[in-house]
Amino acid sequence: MDETKKKEEQGSTHKIGIYLWIWGLLFVLSFFSYLVDWYQFQGLLRWSLILFFMFLKAGLIMAFFMHLFWERYALVNVLLWPMTAIVCFVVLMVAEGKYTLFTRLFYFFVGGGQ
Amino acid sequence: MSEQKIVDYEFKPGFKGMAHDTGSDQTMFKGVHWGKAMMWIFLLSDTFVFSCFLISYMKGRASTPIEWPNPSEVFALEAFGVPVPLLLIALMTFVLITSSGTMALAVKYGYEKNRKMCGWLVLATAVGGLIFVGMQAYEWSKLIHEGVRPWENPFGAPQFGSFFFMITGFHGTHVSIGVIFLFIYAYKVFAGHYENGGKRGWFTTMRGDYVEIEILGLYWHFVDLVWVFIFAFFYLW
Repeated sequence: MDETKKKEEQGSTHKIGIYLWIWGLLFVLSFFSYLVDWYQFQGLLRWSLILFFMFLKAGLIMAFFMHLFWERYALVNVLLWPMTAIVCFVVLMVAEGKYTLFTRLFYFFVGGGQ
Repeated sequence: MSEQKIVDYEFKPGFKGMAHDTGSDQTMFKGVHWGKAMMWIFLLSDTFVFSCFLISYMKGRASTPIEWPNPSEVFALEAFGVPVPLLLIALMTFVLITSSGTMALAVKYGYEKNRKMCGWLVLATAVGGLIFVGMQAYEWSKLIHEGVRPWENPFGAPQFGSFFFMITGFHGTHVSIGVIFLFIYAYKVFAGHYENGGKRGWFTTMRGDYVEIEILGLYWHFVDLVWVFIFAFFYLW
């Protein structure tokens, strides 16, 4: 009985302020990432700003809206470590994409060779 | 079935707590509702699906020798006679974040057993999702009228259309499913299915609990999360 009672209490509530803060921050960060396009930043600055705001927003949503910040590490780690596989996949496909572009340009301009 | 006894339930922070939980020869996610754990694992698999789409988009865009259409021109919208870049997309982002916030508050009020507030906030979230889907339908029809097809488009590399329809379509499907469930759960909250020990569900003999709102919230925040990535990679990049 004691255990089931604990189970019922698991849904801990947090102060409303934290949600409103995160909510506001998400609006501000979205506005900033929109400004990246508005001011037409190009090149490395554009990419780094886009990625910076993206990861910040994703982190805030996962940590506070999805409560991962308050979750047990056993669950958090099961969810986050598989992301390394996605990173590996991205790295592989960047290399593959460059190679495909290279071969396409090479055979378009140099030809298949007879 | 007898209730499984969980000992050493106390929360221990950090990796020490994780080692404790995983090495306890018991259920691993102690104190985590099974539905919540299952939703998280579903979301993990969904993350892989969306990652595959976005990675194939990256690879397709990186490997085409033809110029990629400029998204800030393709998705520009006329406002007061002036083309504003990404106007509709910015509005969609705004609506989705708003609905994510109302959902987070709904979860909070649910756990506080505030039935009315929880219900209204879930309903507000559903309406936000509906507006989002509506704007997406408008965006799709606009682009289709302009001649964007999965195999060609007037702006540049022909792969653009297939990635656009596939990725935003799959995301829109998620939003639509979410909206349906949000309306169902808004009804369930208002009808008091989670009050007084909970009413038994439609497909199960288990009693309802406000934890279901948190599980629904996880799904909805995930939809918002995916949009963050789509917004960055597809519309801004």
